[in-house]
Amino acid sequence: MDFGIFTFLLQDGLNSAAIYCLMAIAIILVFTTTRVLFVAQGDFLVLGALTLSQLQLGRVPGTVWILAGLALLAFAMEGAQALRERSRRRALRAVLFCLLVPALVGGGVAWFSGKELGLAIDILATIALVGPIGPLLYRIAFQPLADKSILVLMVVATAVHFVIISLSLIFFGAEGWRTPALTDAQFALGPVLISGQVIAIIVTSLLLIVVLFLFFSNSVYGKSLIATASNRVGARLMGISTAQSGMLSFAMASAIGCVSGILIGSITTIYYDTGLVLTLKGLIAAVFGGLASFPAAAAGAVILGLIESYSAFFASAYKEIILFSLLIPLLMWRFVLAGHQDLEEEA
Amino acid sequence: MEFRKKMGHVLAAALSVSVMATAAAAEIRIGVLLSTTGPNASIGIPYNNMLTVVPDTFGGESFRLIHLNDASDPSTSVRNARKVINEDKVDIIIGGSSSPAALAIAEVAEETQTPFLALSAVNQQVKGMDWVFVVPHAVDTMLTPVVNDMKAEGVTRVGYIGYSDAWGDIVLGAFQAITEGTGISVVAEERFARADTSVAGQVLKLVAARPDAVLVGASGVAAALPNVTLVERGFKGPIFHTHATIIPEFLRVGGAKVEGAIAPSGPFVVGEQLPEDHPLKATAAAAAALYEAAFGAGSKNAFAGYSYDAFVLAATAAVKAAETAEPGTGAYRAAVRAAIENSGDEVIGATAIYAMTPEDHTGVDERSVVLVQVTDGAFKLKP
Repeated sequence: MDFGIFTFLLQDGLNSAAIYCLMAIAIILVFTTTRVLFVAQGDFLVLGALTLSQLQLGRVPGTVWILAGLALLAFAMEGAQALRERSRRRALRAVLFCLLVPALVGGGVAWFSGKELGLAIDILATIALVGPIGPLLYRIAFQPLADKSILVLMVVATAVHFVIISLSLIFFGAEGWRTPALTDAQFALGPVLISGQVIAIIVTSLLLIVVLFLFFSNSVYGKSLIATASNRVGARLMGISTAQSGMLSFAMASAIGCVSGILIGSITTIYYDTGLVLTLKGLIAAVFGGLASFPAAAAGAVILGLIESYSAFFASAYKEIILFSLLIPLLMWRFVLAGHQDLEEEA
Repeated sequence: MEFRKKMGHVLAAALSVSVMATAAAAEIRIGVLLSTTGPNASIGIPYNNMLTVVPDTFGGESFRLIHLNDASDPSTSVRNARKVINEDKVDIIIGGSSSPAALAIAEVAEETQTPFLALSAVNQQVKGMDWVFVVPHAVDTMLTPVVNDMKAEGVTRVGYIGYSDAWGDIVLGAFQAITEGTGISVVAEERFARADTSVAGQVLKLVAARPDAVLVGASGVAAALPNVTLVERGFKGPIFHTHATIIPEFLRVGGAKVEGAIAPSGPFVVGEQLPEDHPLKATAAAAAALYEAAFGAGSKNAFAGYSYDAFVLAATAAVKAAETAEPGTGAYRAAVRAAIENSGDEVIGATAIYAMTPEDHTGVDERSVVLVQVTDGAFKLKP
């Protein structure tokens, strides 16, 4: 192995690491605030990439229908609750967030698709379409069960995963898609060429870590998320709406997933079912961070990406075995480190 | 008024009974067991699509196709096979979009003595089974023209990159068996998984071994990733694929970076480019017209060709068997089996010529293989 190969594999590994890192961040974010081990996180990535690919072809992406279906379902649930509580404010909110906003977004995208407005508009439209899916899913599937055990929530998350991939199969077909490259820029670093795309991915995930760090340490919303995470009852007594915290964290998760999909959609082929493998790798990184620490999870993602890249070079047939075998010693190590602390302590 | 209404009911009932009776007498039932969801859906859907548009009468007999989806789960394939055999009393089964599914259905077919036309290349595994026939070309039949082309180009060092699953092993095994003693050797062997987002490491190692050509043992769109990465890493030699790669989506995803890729294929996908005197020219055109009328221009693919041929094989034998036995009976199924395996007069399908015998349940030779090359973003017959 010469220096050129070494650096090329390094670049490839960091590239994967950035995506695993984004997955891990979203998984930790959702887990700490809602206790949902959200195994459908990778599906947001898939929806983001596939939606963009459809918009680029000038078609109306199936995501519009997914959004419409979820919005109507959420509206029915919110509306019923508003009727039960006879709350005009809740009813107004339901109309605004579950009907008007999704209708504007979906209708707008359907209206403008095929008009070739350029990549930037397509990306914004993709985020606008996929972003609201997270909070809507939370309202429909998780909010009614918010007090149930971690296990129940994870089973629901698995069910959500299967619903999303089935819908993706119907709307996007069984074959993979690629989006056009965001940038063709390349930089020479010694003997290796580094593509602008890879830099964009790495910078985006670093940026997100910083933004999340600032969000949690400085903003009221971030602090209320932390409060919800550490003690739901206590947070509610302090006047924090745990339902709103849940929706906020799911909104962030779907936006992060969507952005990572847009970033890697042009460097690899995305299938309707690509999400689960990426979620699992993100999960390993998240476990590395004890499902709590963002920087530790980022470190885990880097280690994972590099091991994957170099083992693909040295022993490609055993790559996945090497990768997933890591999870076992990792869990043992976390378990010892955490001093037999039970994740379920709160439930 | 009341009387007339009653009379109408009686008439309608009598009419529907008589219609049902005639239908039941003449109708030949075929069970179609494929995966239209799950990981094998990309293969199962085109297989199934073609079987939804094949004619419902053939040679004067009427056919009813019963479609069941096994969601890419072989144990569901078994349940579906038993269901169509026991409840729908099918005379023939077509299906098995993956090898595990095909083998699972084969067991049931043997046990219940139902003729089964498998749509996966399980030629080796079903040797000795009496009721199972394999429609797709065997892998070694497909790879022989590839090896001949390599010889003609003076290739001696071949790099291999394939799936880390059974398909990757089958392709490599068949390739090594054919090239034994020809002076062509595999100088590097790399593996990847369908869902991998990068094959940079494998491709680096492949290129480092300095092969004259690379063989990709993958399928469909996933085969584009190693090809694209090889081109990006500056590999200039020819890149060969298997017949599992011949789908339009491969071109869409690979774009300019799969230009020049070579693959073997049944003649169906390049039917319009075949010379006028090619025996499959007319049937390939007819099948393509049928498929594209329903699923759009340019939608035809290798899988549709195979499932069309499975129907032609089944229907030809079913018509012949109807002369001696009544559909829905064991004697009829035995007659269908005998008719399929004695198709000595060569059934001409859309993508192959089948000459099955009691010893050879595939009956496809190299006349039914062509090499295609990606030229100007389309699969073109390689001169």
